[in-house]
Amino acid sequence: MSESVSEVPQAPDTPGAVPGALATPVAPVAGVPIGAGGGGRARRQSDFLYYGLRNKKLIIGITVELLLLLLAIIGPIIAKYPDQAYTGFPTQHPGSKFWFGTTDAGQDVFSQVVNGLRESYLVGLIGAVSAAVIGMTLGFIAGWRGGILDEVLQMLTNIIVMMPALVLIIVIGSYLSHPNLLFEGVFIGLTTWPWVARAVRAQTFTLRSREFVDLAKLSGKRPVSIIVKEIAPNMASYLFLVVVLLFGSSMLLAASYDFLGVGPTNQVSLGWIMQQASNEAALQLHYWWWFIPPGALLTAMVAALLVANVGLDEVFNPKLREQ
Amino acid sequence: MRRYLTRKIITYVLAFFVGVTIDWGIPHLMPGDPIQNLLSRFSGLNSASYAALYHQFAQAFGLNVPLWEQYLNYWKGIFTGNWGISIWATGAKVTTLVFQAMPYTLALLVPAVVLSYVLGNRLGAAAARRKWLDNTVLPAGYIFQAIPYPWLALVVPYLLGDVWHVFPTAYGYGQGLIPTWDWTFISSLLDHWFLPFLTVFLVSLGGWSIGMRNLVIYELENDSSRYMRALGANERVIRRYAYRNASLPQLSGLALALGVIIGGNIVTEVAFSYPGLGHLIFEAITNEDYFLLQGIFIFIVVGVLIANFVIDLVYISVDPRTRLSMQGSTT
Repeated sequence: MSESVSEVPQAPDTPGAVPGALATPVAPVAGVPIGAGGGGRARRQSDFLYYGLRNKKLIIGITVELLLLLLAIIGPIIAKYPDQAYTGFPTQHPGSKFWFGTTDAGQDVFSQVVNGLRESYLVGLIGAVSAAVIGMTLGFIAGWRGGILDEVLQMLTNIIVMMPALVLIIVIGSYLSHPNLLFEGVFIGLTTWPWVARAVRAQTFTLRSREFVDLAKLSGKRPVSIIVKEIAPNMASYLFLVVVLLFGSSMLLAASYDFLGVGPTNQVSLGWIMQQASNEAALQLHYWWWFIPPGALLTAMVAALLVANVGLDEVFNPKLREQ
Repeated sequence: MRRYLTRKIITYVLAFFVGVTIDWGIPHLMPGDPIQNLLSRFSGLNSASYAALYHQFAQAFGLNVPLWEQYLNYWKGIFTGNWGISIWATGAKVTTLVFQAMPYTLALLVPAVVLSYVLGNRLGAAAARRKWLDNTVLPAGYIFQAIPYPWLALVVPYLLGDVWHVFPTAYGYGQGLIPTWDWTFISSLLDHWFLPFLTVFLVSLGGWSIGMRNLVIYELENDSSRYMRALGANERVIRRYAYRNASLPQLSGLALALGVIIGGNIVTEVAFSYPGLGHLIFEAITNEDYFLLQGIFIFIVVGVLIANFVIDLVYISVDPRTRLSMQGSTT
């Protein structure tokens, strides 16, 4: 997970970057499409569909992503051996019998990789969803209420960002005897929500002083319903992009955790396969088929996600479309 | 602007407090008794000598006083440099171990972060104005961004080490050497340093260049750039301003990404058996040495805070708005 950051060039304190190597969409706050009425919304959706189907990046990204998802779903079914089963044929090269070869203990690498792929999707999903839920809640509260509450929440956000997550999960994980997939996903969510919170807070801040929000306030709507019905829909596209990026970075983070052995212990994961290969000296013995496929698939998966994300950004954001 | 600095400093102090508290709290919340683990190394203990030894160790590690006192002692220890004794490297001070490992980590981290940041930004800015470069930098950048750290830390040494035998793939220096400051040792150090450095460098490069590319394109479309163009300014001058404006969010992004970068560095050190802090953490986990783990955690928290502070200072000196308002507040 490297980190890259491209964000709304605005006040230094409110960047909207996402960790784990992923560039956030360049979404100028002022450029958030503000569709006020119900009729406009329907037209906007058909617009998105029109541009979406004509955006090459989006089509390529989603196609690769769907193919890999398909592999993660049906792969474990069509694999000839269970992921941990010893087939009795150690260190086979890839071939018709073992598509990705076997490990030095005779386990089928293909079966392990597709099961690991499924695990990656799940961890990414849990991580992204939990980060989105926490980040959106706190971001909306901070942006809506402002004042002291905002200061406190921002302070909290800045502090969480500075905690080295990997060391923290190692410290916690070393005391848990059997961390599972849910723990890993939720932990990732608990350490990455600041990125969502920052983005949501900044957007809420600019949206809450718009006329239609004042109107809703005057008509006696309660704050929660204003946030859900008036503010959230106006940043939905931007939020969606942030969550897509978090999905990708969660998968990358999980691979690192699994590689270090602090991930789920009862399940095959892509990081775990790489750890096993490294421990069993697959590099020195040139068993390349053991450690190349898991990382290559994960790279393809996240790269496709990034490309699709750029495509989506162009679809949502008319300013980028013209280029 | 005094407000800006005060708020930053409060954040740092609080972050340090939270870090220390988490660090102290986790082992106490977790199941398992480190002293029992330690005593299981001794054989032939009867129950009386076991109890005596247990008492002895509990006293030595300060575990025989109430929790709140342990917490206060922990703080006292941090400020007096007494960070405890490692259980794994029996009797060695945690601070000694950490300071032995730190130069290796810094030697990897600092050049990799600075170089990838500087080169990535240059590359991204160049890509924003040349179509052919953009068409190569962008796809390559996405792929590099998408590569999981551990995988790069396997593939790079596999190709450059095990297949082509250009560089060694493990340890900080040749294992037959005794660390002295002579040329053989230094060249061995550099030789072993190169591959881990390369992987940390490569994995960050893509992110910075894509970020910079997007920001420069955004800045070039900005009203201020349009205005300058309308005034007839040279395109090179406009680009220079765009680059400067774009480096501000990149800089705050660097501060935000530090925690993630350090995490990646740990993975790299483990993959290369490089004798830095990451490797020390790994030893601490496998040997259930929680004093050592705690010490490293605090150390990394402090490191991140210091780095953040440095970036804050750079930010102030780079951003004319913050700088001017600071001068304004003093005059």
